[in-house]
Amino acid sequence: MKPLHEIRFTLNGEPREFLVSPDDKLLEVLRREGLTGAKHGCGTGSCGACTVILDGRAVYACLLYAFQAEGRSVETIEGIGGFDHPHPIQKALVEGGAVQCGFCTPGMVLSAKALLAGNPHPSDEELKVHMDGNLCRCTGYEKIEAALRRVIAAGGAR
Amino acid sequence: MNPGDLKVVNKSAVKIDALSLALGRPSYVADLKPADALWVKMLWSPHAHARIVSIDTRAAERMPGVKAVLHHGNVPRVAHCTAGQGYPEPSPYDTFMFDTKVRYVGDRVAAVAAETREQAEAAVKAIRVEYELLKPVFSADEALAEGAPVIHDEPDLSIPIPVPYEPGRNLVAHLDMEVGSLARGLAEADFRFDRTFETHYASHTPLETYVSLAQIDARGRIVITTSTQVPFHCRRIVAQCLQIPVQRIRVVKPRIGGGFGCKQEMLLEDVVALLALRTGRPVFWELTREEHFRTGRTRHPIRIRLRMGVKRDGRITAFGMEATSNTGAYGGHGLTVIGCCGSKVLPLYRADNVAFEGKVAYTNLPVCGAYRGFGATQAFFAVESLMDEMAEVLGMDPVAFRKLNHIRSGEGSPVFEALGEGKKGVPMTIGSCALDACIEAGARAIGWERRTPWREKSGRYRRGLGMCCLMQGSSIPEVDMGGASIKMNEDGSFNLLVGATDLGTGSDTVLAQIAAEAIGTTLDKMIVHSSDTDMTPFDVGAYASSTTYLSGEAARKAGEKVRRQILEVASGMLDVPVEDLDAAEGVVASRDGRHRLPFSEIALHSLYLKDQRQIMDTASHITHKSPPPFAAHFAEVEVDTWTGAVKVLDYVAAVDCGTAINPALAEGQTEGGVLNGISYALTEEYLFNPKGRMTNANLTDYHIMSMRDKPPIRVILVPSYEATGPYGAKSVSEICINGGMPAIANAIANATGARLRATPFTPEKVWRAIQETSKIR
Repeated sequence: MKPLHEIRFTLNGEPREFLVSPDDKLLEVLRREGLTGAKHGCGTGSCGACTVILDGRAVYACLLYAFQAEGRSVETIEGIGGFDHPHPIQKALVEGGAVQCGFCTPGMVLSAKALLAGNPHPSDEELKVHMDGNLCRCTGYEKIEAALRRVIAAGGAR
Repeated sequence: MNPGDLKVVNKSAVKIDALSLALGRPSYVADLKPADALWVKMLWSPHAHARIVSIDTRAAERMPGVKAVLHHGNVPRVAHCTAGQGYPEPSPYDTFMFDTKVRYVGDRVAAVAAETREQAEAAVKAIRVEYELLKPVFSADEALAEGAPVIHDEPDLSIPIPVPYEPGRNLVAHLDMEVGSLARGLAEADFRFDRTFETHYASHTPLETYVSLAQIDARGRIVITTSTQVPFHCRRIVAQCLQIPVQRIRVVKPRIGGGFGCKQEMLLEDVVALLALRTGRPVFWELTREEHFRTGRTRHPIRIRLRMGVKRDGRITAFGMEATSNTGAYGGHGLTVIGCCGSKVLPLYRADNVAFEGKVAYTNLPVCGAYRGFGATQAFFAVESLMDEMAEVLGMDPVAFRKLNHIRSGEGSPVFEALGEGKKGVPMTIGSCALDACIEAGARAIGWERRTPWREKSGRYRRGLGMCCLMQGSSIPEVDMGGASIKMNEDGSFNLLVGATDLGTGSDTVLAQIAAEAIGTTLDKMIVHSSDTDMTPFDVGAYASSTTYLSGEAARKAGEKVRRQILEVASGMLDVPVEDLDAAEGVVASRDGRHRLPFSEIALHSLYLKDQRQIMDTASHITHKSPPPFAAHFAEVEVDTWTGAVKVLDYVAAVDCGTAINPALAEGQTEGGVLNGISYALTEEYLFNPKGRMTNANLTDYHIMSMRDKPPIRVILVPSYEATGPYGAKSVSEICINGGMPAIANAIANATGARLRATPFTPEKVWRAIQETSKIR
């Protein structure tokens, strides 16, 4: 067995400890912890299904080593909304018919959330450039884009 | 029923699973993996064509964590077909769980199950294989040539139904039909055309790769949780491969991350099931993206030769198509895809003389399968490109030329009867057809009146408008079957149990809307459980654009029967004849308005109080028609004539899918299919090295379009009413992918005069075609 090391980072607002091996990706560690909202879609940082927020920035959890999260703050889809209180971005995607197979959706939500936190009123071009790293094969992005524009028009998201 | 009376159907209800998916709740196969599951890794063939002389797994078996190794020497040898189709399949049994021969780079050699992924990977590397290399063939022409290496020379392959199949010549299927006389039709024509088009290898690229989990339950049965479009076929094929009764297997499809046809296949399930049986442990196998590209199913590259004749007045006299496809190393979808090149395309235009010939070849390239559009995508590129070319020669507007020739309500086509799936087709008269309305709405939306001839255009950047017409089908008539059961609960809610398979398409929602409408309740009262071979009625699965039209009708029929039972119980409770009662929005009311009974009271009564019974019923459905949806697509492009780069500026898809059961979902299907079609036309392509190995097996080099790449996609749902479908519905999911190639090719031609006859339209191909055009300008 590979050597395990203890690391600490804040996960969805809670300080946590994890036993990880040096080559564990952040995605594997999160999924091992039962946080399966971040998906394994490509393993090469091309599809965005594994997106999480690291210190406010949307990142690919399939590329980052778990070690790189040490001492930092990680936000996952499990931390931002629930059945009774979905995040405004989640609500907009759901009501806007923007969720088909849903495999890309958590990544889309987190990518958009990270963008709007720093830039609540992105231009159409800024939105598209930012979302370029989150692929979807079902929707053609029309309803995702429209839903995000509605969130932005309504004053952005928390 | 008057569409205005519909309460639940034809409404854009929120998809019933959308919130849980947006919240990231554990829903997919990989989310459900138990912590103690073994990991599977496969040793894939590095060679396109080779015989396995020897295989030594002893070192691998001794490695830490390794629990089992499978290879051709220790598994049942059963010829089967991995394609999930009706039984018996119209396809050769040419596949073995593991074989002594490998036929493409990415074919199975040996599987390892180990405690961790790393241990399984290490063990795979320790397997020693000696190969005898055989000469590979990579094109259909080479494969069908005299003296070509024989790819399937195993003595124990078979074909379950009597159709032309000559593995000794690498010929997987051969179809032939002629109505009237093509030669006569060409002789009668004022203008004759003979053109050949080529399409390319492509990947479905669902965001979730192939993934399966097998567990042995408390009674020793195998439970396979898998990302599949065909749970029932999967159960049957796994039973066949493992030589165990169907009864011992349960297949469950949870939420899955897209399919688009590639999961109409039994691809991982036999291996995880056998490993679970051998080890007694849960066994999990998820392909990496690279493995998905190499070993997963793909779109058939097809060469299409068209011979068409047309009169000066624009009437088509001869319509001949010869299609030759490369189906790769195994032939599961060879015959059916080539058949659809003809059956889903030729009927669109009237012609007295129609001929079709289809040939399918084995090669040593990745295996082609079912891909949304299913042969129609490839053939519509050819036909709709030539329709524009003919219109130009005739001096007619492409829209007017199509309107003159396309099939209409009340008309049939001899092709429907001539071309079936491994047998004769079913004769059909078109019921609903709103293609003219689609053409008009699309032309208006794109601004077709702005279109000017390409010869009038100049400068580096040139814009052009192109369009195409399309059709598809809705289920396979007299082959496909779908079932639905509905059970009433004591609070007036209902369990809807359907075998139908929601791939993210929203079919659980659509079927619940149909059932709720039929019962007379609201969508929020429906609890849907689908695609579980132990719990739900049979359904062939999600393919052939069948779910809404076919399984939807099963849901409607089951709903009607349950509604009748509810009215019977209410009749007893109220002492009012059933005929005087009606059910709507979860309440039974007498027509005179004097009595009202909520469903919850009726359900409680039926379960606890008097003449107790479980209100439930079931229905199944087959169809005798495959009513085509119709569509007109319009594209505006800008071509950089210096570099050949093509940018799609605007795209309009007007579609007649009958009644849209859920308009937002129908739009979503169309938007997604359209972008996949555009992406296939412009950027997506398998690249192979000279040894048949894909060189771009990752999502960076195989480019599917992003939000930034996409043009605006505008969808117009044009209503019609298909009398044989649930509440007037036809299919919507496949037709939308067929337009990208022809609409863009025609727009490029309108911008530059360059006619692209091979896909994808890469800058290099477009630039070269423009150079050819400038010579004749």
